[in-house]
Amino acid sequence: MKAATLNKFLSIFLLPVLNILTAFIFTTLLFLVIGIDPWEAAKILVQGAFGYEEGIGYTLYYTTNFIFTGLAVAIAFHAGLFNIGGEGQAYIGGLGVSLIALGLGSFLPPLLLLPLAILAAAAFGAAWAAIPAYLQAYRGSHIVITTIMFNFLAASLMVYLLVNIFSEAGQGMPASRAFPESASLWTWQTFMAKWGVEFAASPLNVSLILALICCAAVWVFLWKTRWGYELRTVGANPEAAIYAGINPKRVIILAMLISGALAGFVSVNELLGVQHRLVLGFNTGYGFAGIAVALMGRNHPLGVMLAALLFGALYQGGAELAFEIPSVTRDVVVVIQGLIILFSGALEFMYRAPLQRWLLSFAREV
Amino acid sequence: MQDAWVWLILSLDATLRVSTPLIFAALAGLFSERSGIVDIGLEGKMLVGAFAAATVASVSGSVWLGLLMAIVASVGFALLHGFACITHRGNQVVSGVAINILASGLTVVLGLAWFHQGGSTPALSNDQRFTAINLPFAQQVADIPGLGLLYSELLSGHNILVYLAFALVPLSWWVLYRTRFGLRLRAVGENPKAVDTAGISVAGLRYRAVMIAGVLCGFAGAYLANAQNAQFIRDMTAGQGFMALAALIFAKWRPWPILFACLLFGFLDAVAVRLQGVSLPGIGLVPVQLIEALPYLLTVILLAGFIGRANPPKAVGLPYVKER
Repeated sequence: MKAATLNKFLSIFLLPVLNILTAFIFTTLLFLVIGIDPWEAAKILVQGAFGYEEGIGYTLYYTTNFIFTGLAVAIAFHAGLFNIGGEGQAYIGGLGVSLIALGLGSFLPPLLLLPLAILAAAAFGAAWAAIPAYLQAYRGSHIVITTIMFNFLAASLMVYLLVNIFSEAGQGMPASRAFPESASLWTWQTFMAKWGVEFAASPLNVSLILALICCAAVWVFLWKTRWGYELRTVGANPEAAIYAGINPKRVIILAMLISGALAGFVSVNELLGVQHRLVLGFNTGYGFAGIAVALMGRNHPLGVMLAALLFGALYQGGAELAFEIPSVTRDVVVVIQGLIILFSGALEFMYRAPLQRWLLSFAREV
Repeated sequence: MQDAWVWLILSLDATLRVSTPLIFAALAGLFSERSGIVDIGLEGKMLVGAFAAATVASVSGSVWLGLLMAIVASVGFALLHGFACITHRGNQVVSGVAINILASGLTVVLGLAWFHQGGSTPALSNDQRFTAINLPFAQQVADIPGLGLLYSELLSGHNILVYLAFALVPLSWWVLYRTRFGLRLRAVGENPKAVDTAGISVAGLRYRAVMIAGVLCGFAGAYLANAQNAQFIRDMTAGQGFMALAALIFAKWRPWPILFACLLFGFLDAVAVRLQGVSLPGIGLVPVQLIEALPYLLTVILLAGFIGRANPPKAVGLPYVKER
């Protein structure tokens, strides 16, 4: 085998698998520390996530959110940008959805209202990402810091709007009034019934299809269009991009607009699909999980899809685990998420150098 | 007039208490980032510090042992950050995010397994906490109009960590700007190549810097759990690590401005709490969320270059490669 093939095999297959395995070894250790049989826990997790139809529905419903935020982080990564602001962009996307659903819900038929609401989710998410993007491109402010700040700004803004504008008097939790009937997406159950197939009731809805379309669209955009090429060039080498006649400033803005729009779609799944009203903190955790999903999926749409499925399964299985074993909560999944970011992200090179040496010596002998 | 004075003194008093963890954490970030290592993980290190402090204090009964273990836990996470960023040249932001998420999950999982109280630790009694220290004659002078209150309420009656935080500001300044170690630390954040050429270990210096950051975050965590509160509560840092990061940037990575940034942000927080639901003449109901968001808003405006220019250390975020 050639050294180049070996290297490719190493970085596409062997290293990711080793990194994930390391994360799971530490998860096992954690289970042992808190006195839970890891094998038993794994069985409950898998059974909860895939063992029955409702469980599968929940798994895929979480997967939908993770695909959106995973793609959002991935596309920014390709342009060399780290978008930590998915959390806030998803939140503000929800504002767009709610304004359309509550404002126009009683005038428009679903066929007009739903696309408009989905577009609003994308537009609001993109707008919230546009400011950090502009500041990065034209004022040199570091996007990591500004997107973190924008997460907090989004949270404050949404709490203010929910408490003072949207919420009705006498409600316990700050939430808007319910969206009109015309502003709700088909649940997966309804959707499958149209085809004569029965599916158990679950929060899963047709947003999953939107997520899969996004995966395909991102792939086409990144690898089959000129814009995608420019975006990847800027990510690989901004200096070279300038000499190639590419304007990195415009690329930064474009990448962040798409990233923000993708994150904004979380609100489509959550608000149009499940909650049917604007609620406090519907976005919690999905933006950050997107970082883990993108890292694990190596920023490729297909990888993101698989990683999102794994995280969806962990979320749903984790809920089941918390139900079966009272001394555990779903926070165990948060730990796994952290371990995956640590080993597939921050420590991704840990095994590379020794493995490379070992594989190359092997190649030379053959 | 007297009322306004009392209100001001009490607000400033609250400001000191809220600013303390910010000062610890922002100084932690200062050491780390001045050496060239981005520290998004302040929040996570504070959180494990708080958890260790409350756990050990409630089990052993000793507040000092709690503080010690807070520092040990926080330094442990700092070393993990160093291992990823310095030894393996990993992405520093990704590592910080991992530390935050890991800390947020791990503290709850372990807390629940050990104490069965929904992720909190048992409430600490007063001798397991850092309690208020009354400066001499605080009681006697309290009744003197004006200045008495200033002394007895504002200066006296804080716990030892508050005084320590404020003492650490000049100390940090001295270490960074007046010692050989500080000179090298600042140099390694600006131009690691030059430091390496001078025969000084870049990795060694950066490891020392992240460990100092760990120690300081440990203090911040212990303050949250064992002084400001009387137990560990899940996610009790509630964004204060990021607020400290904002303060660090707002202060343009310098010790004295950090003190003022933390006091300003702390004051906004203290005022926001006091103005909750208060209707001011002419303004109406104060939007508390706006006041709470101001630190972040101000930092973004500063970063955008509208109030001066924030120049980070030149080599911050870049892994150092000795040879190609």
